[in-house]
Amino acid sequence: MKSQTLSLKGLIQKDIKTNKATKKSKESSPFSVMLHKEMADHVRSWRFIVLIGLIILTFVASMYVSLGNIRSAMSNIKDPDHAFLYLKLLTITDNSTPPFHVFLSFLGPLLGISMGFDAINAEQNSGTLTRLMAQPIYRDNILLAKFVSALIMVGALFLILAMLMIGGGLMLTGVRMEPQELLRILGFTVISIIYVGFWLSLSIVLSIKFRQAATSALTAVGIWLFFTVFYQIIINLVIRSFLPDPAFLSQDQILSYNELILNLLRIAPNQLYTDASTTMLMPSVRSLGPMTMEQMAGAIPAPLPFRESLMIVWPQVSGMIGATVACFALSYYLFMRREIRS
Amino acid sequence: MKDPIIQLKGLTKCYGPQRAVDNLNLDIHKGEIFGLLGPNGAGKTTTILMMLGLTDPTEGSAFVCGHNATSSPIAVKRKVGYMPDSLGFYDNMTALENLIYIARLNGLAENEIMTRTSEMMDIVGLSSAMNKKTSTFSRGMKQRLGLAEVLIKQPDVIILDEPTLGIDPSGVREFLTLIKRLSKEQGLTVLLSSHHLHHVQQVCDRVGIFVKGKLLAQGNIDTLSGNLFSKEGYVISIKLAHSIPQPWSLEQELKEWEHIKQITVNENTVEFECEQNITPALVRFFVEKRHDILGVHQKDYGLDDIYQKYFEDIN
Repeated sequence: MKSQTLSLKGLIQKDIKTNKATKKSKESSPFSVMLHKEMADHVRSWRFIVLIGLIILTFVASMYVSLGNIRSAMSNIKDPDHAFLYLKLLTITDNSTPPFHVFLSFLGPLLGISMGFDAINAEQNSGTLTRLMAQPIYRDNILLAKFVSALIMVGALFLILAMLMIGGGLMLTGVRMEPQELLRILGFTVISIIYVGFWLSLSIVLSIKFRQAATSALTAVGIWLFFTVFYQIIINLVIRSFLPDPAFLSQDQILSYNELILNLLRIAPNQLYTDASTTMLMPSVRSLGPMTMEQMAGAIPAPLPFRESLMIVWPQVSGMIGATVACFALSYYLFMRREIRS
Repeated sequence: MKDPIIQLKGLTKCYGPQRAVDNLNLDIHKGEIFGLLGPNGAGKTTTILMMLGLTDPTEGSAFVCGHNATSSPIAVKRKVGYMPDSLGFYDNMTALENLIYIARLNGLAENEIMTRTSEMMDIVGLSSAMNKKTSTFSRGMKQRLGLAEVLIKQPDVIILDEPTLGIDPSGVREFLTLIKRLSKEQGLTVLLSSHHLHHVQQVCDRVGIFVKGKLLAQGNIDTLSGNLFSKEGYVISIKLAHSIPQPWSLEQELKEWEHIKQITVNENTVEFECEQNITPALVRFFVEKRHDILGVHQKDYGLDDIYQKYFEDIN
C-alpha cells in the first residue's frame, strides 16, 4: 500500500486475461493443487512423523521377533504354510509381541484418525476455510483432497514397509520368493490401506460434524475403543441372554447361532480386517466361519491358491470399502449444503 | 442504466424463528462503491455469504455478475473476490506461499504466477515481509495480504466484510484510499460492510443502512440526510463581531420572514432554523443592517446523525 505510485493499470489488463485463457489447458486443476498442498502439509507435520516412527518401530520389533523364530517355523513340517518364508515373517511370533498384522489392526485406526480428525474443523477455526471456499473450487474437491492426500501418504508408507520387508528378507535369507507370496503381501497391503481409509473417512465425518478438533478426535478414539474392546463383550452378553442351552440344540441350530454371532461381530471393522489379513497371510485358512464335519471330510490340509483366498476375503473387503464409502457419502451430505462461517 | 452487477431479490434467511435477513432487495451497479452499514448482528455477513453461495437463502435469490449465486456459485466466485472479516492464513506457510496457493486455485498460469504475486505484494506494501511466515503477521499485515489475495484473481467485484476492523487509523486511511483508487482505475465494483460510519463515509458512493435484517434506506449521503432531516430543515448560525443586546430589535423583523421557523440568540451568535436554504439572504440582511459578520455556518448532517436517527426509530 505504501508504494502508491506504482501503476495498477499494467497489472490487470486485457492481455493478461487473454493470456490466461490460452494457457487454460496447461494449468493444473484446483484439485491437484489442493492435493499437493495437503500432502506437503502432512509430510511437514510433526504428527505424521511421530506416527511413522510408531509404525516403523512396531514393524522392526515384529520383524526382529519373527526373524528369531523363522528357523523353527520353517522346519515345522506339520504346518501346511511352512514353505512360505515371507508370509511367515509377517505372521509368526513367540508370543512376546503380537505379529505385525495384529499390531496394525490396532495402529491402523490410530493412523487414520490422527490424519483426519481435524481435516475440516481446524481450517474452519483458523478462518482459512472461508477464504478457501471463496475461490472457484467445488466443495467436494476439498473433502476429496483431504481424503486422497492422507490415503496416498498411508499407501506409500505401507508399500515401503512391505518392500523393505521383502528386500530385507531376500538379503538375510537368500530364499527365492514365490509369486504367490508377493501377491499375498500386496493384497495384505491393499487391505490395510482400505482399513486405514475407513477410519480416515470416519474421522473426516466427525471433523465436519464437530467444531472443536478435540471433540472429534475424542469421539473417533471412542468409536475405535468401542469396537476393539467393548463390542465383543456386549455381543457376548446379549447373545448369552437369549441363547438356549446348547445341550438342547441340534447341531444345525448350534451352527446357525455360531454364524449369527460371527456375523454380528463382523459389524466391527477391525474384525473384518483381522479376518481378511489372516486369510491373506495364511494360505491354509479355508473358511472364516464354522465348518461342518461333512465339509471338512476329505480336505487335505494344504495351502489354498491366491485366487481362492481372495474369494474368501472378498465379502470382508467389500464390507470395508462399503463402510468407507458410506462414511464418505455422509461427509458429502453434511458438508455440501452447510453454511461456511468462521 | 445498465443491468446491475449485483442484484438481490427478496432475499430472506431464517435461522429457526429468527429472520436474519428479511426480504432484502438491492441493486448495485458496475463501478460503484457501496457501503453496507449496520450494527453488529444486523445480517450483513449473512447477506454476503448468500451472495457467494456459501449459505443458501431461505427465500429469494441473489444474482452476481448475471449468475445465480445459489445454483452456480463457481461462476460467481470466479468473478468475485471476497475478504472475510476474520482472516486466517495457513500459519506454516509464508505469505508468498499463501498467495501462490490461492493464485493456483484460481487457475493462473504457472509461468506468470511468480511475477504476478510479487507485483501484488508490491501494491499492498508487503514485499519486505513476503517470505515471513504468516503466523508472525500483525492484523494490519494480514488485512493487506487478504487484499492481495482478493486482487490476484482479477475480480470484477470485490466484497469486503469489515475490512477496517482492527487496523490503526492511518492504516485505515491507506487501505480505503487504495480501495477507492483501485475501483476508479479498473472499474471495480466494491461492496464493503462496516459498522464504522466514518470509514464508509470516506469512500462510498452509496450506502445502505441495514438494521435487523432490513434495509432501511439507501442512497448517497446527501439524499439520505435530505430524506431524514427535511422535516427539520436547515440550521444556519451566524456569528457577529459584537454581542447582541436582549431584547434584540431586529428579531421581530426577521420573524416575519416566511421561511424562518425559529430564532435562537446566544451572546453573539444567532441560530436560524429555516425551511429553505436562505443563507445568502440572511447574510445580505445583516450586512445591510451594518452588523459585522465573523462567520456563517450551515449545519449539514453526517452519517453519524443519519445512523443515530435510524437507530432511534428502531428502538
